Amino acid sequence: MMNEERASASEIEGAVETVCGRHGNTPSELIEILHDLQDMLGYVPESALPVLAKKLNLSRAEVHGVVSFYHDFRHNPAGRVTVKICSAEACQSMGALPLIEEFCRRNGVTMGETKGDGSLTVEPVYCLGNCALSPAAEVNGRPMARVDAAKLDAAVKEALV
Amino acid sequence: MTTTLYIPCDYAALSLGADDVVAAIRAEADKRGADIKIIRNGTRGMLWLEPLVEVDVDGVRHGYGPVSASDVAGLFDADFLTAGSHALSIGVTEEHDWLVNQERLTFARVGVIDPLDLKAYDKLGGWDGLYRAAKMSPAEIVSEVTESGLRGRGGAGFPAGIKWKTVSELPGDQKYICCNADEGDSGTFADRMLMEGDPFCLLEGMAIAGLATGATEGYIYIRSEYPHSIETVGKAIAAMEEAGFLGDNVAGSGKAFRIFIRRGAGAYICGEESSMLESMEGKRGTVRSKPPIPAVKGLFGKPTVVNNVLSLATVPVILAKGAEFYKSFGMGRSHGTLPFQIAGNVKRGGLVEKAFGVSIRDLIEGFGGGTATGRPFKAAQIGGPLGAYVNEGQLDLPMDYETLAADGAMVGHGGIVVFDDTADMAGMARFAFEFCAIESCGKCTPCRIGAVRGKEAVDKIMNGVDVAANIALVEDLCEVMTDGSLCAMGGLTPMPVRSALRHFPEDFDRAPAAAAAE
Repeated sequence: MMNEERASASEIEGAVETVCGRHGNTPSELIEILHDLQDMLGYVPESALPVLAKKLNLSRAEVHGVVSFYHDFRHNPAGRVTVKICSAEACQSMGALPLIEEFCRRNGVTMGETKGDGSLTVEPVYCLGNCALSPAAEVNGRPMARVDAAKLDAAVKEALV
Repeated sequence: MTTTLYIPCDYAALSLGADDVVAAIRAEADKRGADIKIIRNGTRGMLWLEPLVEVDVDGVRHGYGPVSASDVAGLFDADFLTAGSHALSIGVTEEHDWLVNQERLTFARVGVIDPLDLKAYDKLGGWDGLYRAAKMSPAEIVSEVTESGLRGRGGAGFPAGIKWKTVSELPGDQKYICCNADEGDSGTFADRMLMEGDPFCLLEGMAIAGLATGATEGYIYIRSEYPHSIETVGKAIAAMEEAGFLGDNVAGSGKAFRIFIRRGAGAYICGEESSMLESMEGKRGTVRSKPPIPAVKGLFGKPTVVNNVLSLATVPVILAKGAEFYKSFGMGRSHGTLPFQIAGNVKRGGLVEKAFGVSIRDLIEGFGGGTATGRPFKAAQIGGPLGAYVNEGQLDLPMDYETLAADGAMVGHGGIVVFDDTADMAGMARFAFEFCAIESCGKCTPCRIGAVRGKEAVDKIMNGVDVAANIALVEDLCEVMTDGSLCAMGGLTPMPVRSALRHFPEDFDRAPAAAAAE
């Protein structure tokens, strides 16, 4: 993943070509294609949309509609470390909301955004399926259970090294 | 002699460091020259004991948990490889109260075997249902499922056999089986546990559904938050194709059936069947108007069975042991068992598969051991974010579709989220609206606008602004959303809100704004 960096126009075009080809340029596989594209580039750049539309024989509006509907697709590159802390009911019952608020304040970052220096992104998530071990979180995809401030800080620190 | 150990690869176990424990045990065994083999199984569902390490001694599995990497040297010192006693010992795993008191039909193999070991699956009753179905006519399979009384485990509780019958009897060159694995409800993780712990069981159920309806293709829509499930199910599909359980000739039936995975993309609404179908077609996950129902016009406009993971994964045992066997469990019109998930503020959280009829109290206090914080119980939300909050007085209700419905609550997907006395139920009502506002597909006005207005009104209540008038407004919005929404998202968001208002009115009785604002 090319975190922090924006892809160049030719990189974007090449990536779109590759992933659309992998899915036989099938429009019904648009969501799979967008996942693959985000895996390659770290985000779904705005400028990829017209290229996708052309490849899949869809309108730009249709592609935009899909990309903007789903929470998974980032419009900008994420920071070097991405933290997800669940804020659904089970995690709330174990104090997730104050934990998230505190974490964001301590790290100078707003929920859903990336820190100015590109080090950290905090993404909202509603349920990671680990509700018996709340609060649940993931740091760069690594699952964590019964998290508290100290565990989160240690995991972020480790991921930044 | 090689000693076999079982250490789960389930997401929950991983989140507590199961991989670190595996590495530490391997290193320690090397150091001490112990001959061991580690099998990565699913989880038994006793999640407070994870990572649970089991040692096979003469065919009996002895458990130790929760184990951390730093406990490993001590376990070796205590001769855990020969079931030596240790502070973390739980004795013979299968004699543990938590497991002994369950009726595991759907989850019989979860936590027991390596999820991708075809032979182990076969040895524990796997394929029995599929082989039997392969020799039956579609109508016979459908009637077996209908007779069993199996109802949709996704939450709606619609009889599975009726859906199958509709699709089976429709003409069509292409039909589909779509498995809904978009388990977005907070407090639920049974689908995930099954996909990671016994994926063949789900796939076998889908293949049986294919034989019953004439569908030749199956799709599993797995939420993107479950990458481990996506990986395990993908490997299981490949293994079954290679073994001849999927492909042109399913289990010697002469019929074709193939299964494909589609990933979700973080939209809760895609757990609603028609928006899931839209999403599987690569579109925005907006809800479809009904009729036509998906059984008639589903994926790509073709006749489609849409079932939840747990419904499909229960089909193999019904076909293997017969409808009468399955129907002998449960109460009233709720036949069989449900994998309940005990979550949130609870001491012993995890998965309990029980026959319908078990009381909420048995699950929360008996299995769950009360709150994790040790504070008094206040509320439990049953059946996901769209389910009702129940109070202390309702804990003796039996888990049964009709009983809970009569009390303004629902069984849903069997999730139970426990809250202690620090919970603010006005805040939870506000969250129900907020979540609906974030996740609404936007197609119908009651849901799209109602959720936003509802959140605003609860904000005012919480700030003590015109409390009585705003409570009346919330009630009014709830009525409109219940009656006027296209799907269960808008239609059921009022359930947690109204139950919070009804059972915890004191939490809505806020001080006037002026005092709060000063």
